Amino acid sequence: MAALTRESLKKLRDSLKKDFNRINSAGKTKVVIGMGTCGLAAGAKETEEAFLEALAKEQRKDVVVSGTGCMGLCFAEPTVEVIVPGMPSVVYGNVDREMAERIVRKHIQGKILVNDHIYDKPSVDIIEELEGN
Amino acid sequence: MNPEKFILVCNGAECRNPGAEEIYNNLRHECSIHNADDVQVIRTGCLGFCAHGPVVKTLPDETLYAGVTPEDAAEIVENHIINGKKVERLLYNKNESKQNVKVDNADFYQKQFRIVLRNCGIIDPENIEEYIARDGYAALEKVVFDMNPDDIIAELKSAGLRGRGGAGFPTWMKWNFTKQVESDEKFVVCNADEGDPGAYMDRGTLEGDPHSILEAMTIAGYCIGAKKGYIYIRAEYPLAIERLQKGMEDSRALGLLGDNILGSDFSFDIEIRLGAGAFVCGEETALIASIEGERGMPKPRPPFPSVKGVWGKPTLINNVETWANIPVIITRGGEWFSKIGTEDSRGTKVFALTGKIRNSGLVEVPMGTTLREIVYDIGGGIPGDKAFKAVQTGGPSGGVIPAEYLDTPIDYIHLKELGSIMGSGGMIIMDEDDCMVDVAKFYLGFSVDESCGKCSPCRIGGRTLYNILEKITTGNGELEDIEKLKTIGKAMQTASLCGLGQTAPNPILSTLKYFEDEYLAHIKNHRCPSKKCKELISFHILADKCVGCTICAKNCPVNVIDGAVREVHTIDQSGCIKCGKCFEVCKFNAVFIK
Ligand SMILES: Cc1cc2nc3c(=O)[nH]c(=O)nc-3n(C[C@H](O)[C@H](O)[C@H](O)COP(=O)(O)O)c2cc1C
Repeated sequence: MAALTRESLKKLRDSLKKDFNRINSAGKTKVVIGMGTCGLAAGAKETEEAFLEALAKEQRKDVVVSGTGCMGLCFAEPTVEVIVPGMPSVVYGNVDREMAERIVRKHIQGKILVNDHIYDKPSVDIIEELEGN
Repeated sequence: MNPEKFILVCNGAECRNPGAEEIYNNLRHECSIHNADDVQVIRTGCLGFCAHGPVVKTLPDETLYAGVTPEDAAEIVENHIINGKKVERLLYNKNESKQNVKVDNADFYQKQFRIVLRNCGIIDPENIEEYIARDGYAALEKVVFDMNPDDIIAELKSAGLRGRGGAGFPTWMKWNFTKQVESDEKFVVCNADEGDPGAYMDRGTLEGDPHSILEAMTIAGYCIGAKKGYIYIRAEYPLAIERLQKGMEDSRALGLLGDNILGSDFSFDIEIRLGAGAFVCGEETALIASIEGERGMPKPRPPFPSVKGVWGKPTLINNVETWANIPVIITRGGEWFSKIGTEDSRGTKVFALTGKIRNSGLVEVPMGTTLREIVYDIGGGIPGDKAFKAVQTGGPSGGVIPAEYLDTPIDYIHLKELGSIMGSGGMIIMDEDDCMVDVAKFYLGFSVDESCGKCSPCRIGGRTLYNILEKITTGNGELEDIEKLKTIGKAMQTASLCGLGQTAPNPILSTLKYFEDEYLAHIKNHRCPSKKCKELISFHILADKCVGCTICAKNCPVNVIDGAVREVHTIDQSGCIKCGKCFEVCKFNAVFIK
């Protein structure tokens, strides 16, 4: 990667912002898994594998699976945020292998939320909501 | 048809509210009556707010209803879902709390507000592009091209940020001192030693958002005139170290760290130094010695690190959480930041909520939030319907706050008035089963183990205090021990060389302040009211409740329970090790603790 200047950093940010717009997530379905120490200790790696396998079975190569830091819901690890276009993004807690398969089948494929495992996002997102971008 | 609206009914397995299931069924029923097939009703995990339950939340408009009854289902569906009018009478009342999260005129039902943890749980910490997409490195760009060092300090001053590492020293003053000292070389240090038992706020921040720290340190380098920074991090945090290293490589590759940052003539780089896990190495002078390869022992101050720090050069040292606030203060402005929190303490604080609490985890709240809001609205209360007894803040340097102060707004000054401290953010909740003498002994034991031994008030005083507590918890205490605890404690506070010894007596002094009766019960009556101190309790079997099922005898690891099938069992006290196994396994409540 080439070293950035003030101008090229601005350009890069503008183009990345569009990709990263999480409120509408205009095209892409995303699965974001909490992979801090607490998530990993609770089995987040296995959860990730389960998502990848279940998505492969459904031939959903377009779905992005990525890791993130701790959301703070340590009592409900592993936690996973699921972002499907046209649906509110929600956080699932205690996502084991079986739960991951249900999320893929019902939420990602069937477009309905899965009972009993949804938790609240801890707070507003100051970067998006307060800026309104 | 796929659902477009969702009604969430809080149904946390732990805190299943009475009526939640009926509310769920009624809501579904009402939706079907109205043929609302674009609505999905679902049960969710605990949403917090257990004290205001049952709660119902709607998506995507994020409305929270509290104190909902099954009869309210019809109104919620008809008014809100069908006609788009919120049911005012059930809206969760934000004004119930003294402090309500209000920023830029927006009002949030949630108690948490995330500045430090803004990216944690949202971005991929190993992907610099995601950080950049969320305004990452915008603050660095702004300072390098549009601000001079005094502008930065003015911004920090108007923000009113105070150090989050424990002492709460105004950050702008520290930056200003270090900036003003003339020197050919200066250093910036990030204190990521985080050694308090029960604390993991800094780990969460480093693992979730490493670039925020790198960016902030670089900004400081520009401000005070340093070219080099050190991150002092404990080796027990391998994941955080890995992500910091990856972050440094990526930002160097993009010209955001290293020579000629963003094409300017400013250069700055960062190196990681691993700590070996001694608590005292979190103290700034000991930390500096450790960075230099010396044994980690504190030195008297002055000289302060801002004058004479790493390699004898002026050094700016801040805590991880302090650093994480910096980029936001620069991009949003100090004034924006200063509106959050209280007069005395601006901004937010991250706490690691652990102990006897349903929703343990990392929480970030505006300063001034009350303990009650943290424990009951965010933490979901105490499991098993036990009574809240106290919360411990500030780790081994802090103290306990009893139930009568649950409505105290949390900020530096209020916690200090109560005889505890903000500390770095560990918050351990205790219930009726916790013995306060035992708690004091636990924290003091930690400080005694971690004392470096350099000064005698800490080395000898700490050990003496510990021996007295040991005496009390084994039933050998005398009344004058209480005075001794106070006298020695006060001497340590004034005479110890560093913060470790100065604060080590705090857990004792604060438990004595609020729970002296527990100390007296141990001393005078040889009784531990919480039934925790092994030497003061014994296990017995109630003849009228025991059915002779033999389960206790089968589970006793030392075989001291006697009795035939269907006959009352007895425990041979001479051999009992008081492990409590019989108490746990008895299904008839026949085992009791005296
Ligand atoms: C025994 C002892 C341990 C400490 N441990 C830490 C620590 O783990 N992390 C930290 O940031 N500060 C710790 N401190 C406080 C530091 O000495 C120093 O005040 C702090 O790093 C300053 O940063 P701040 O102004 O951003 O709070 C400790 C202090 C003492 C006396």
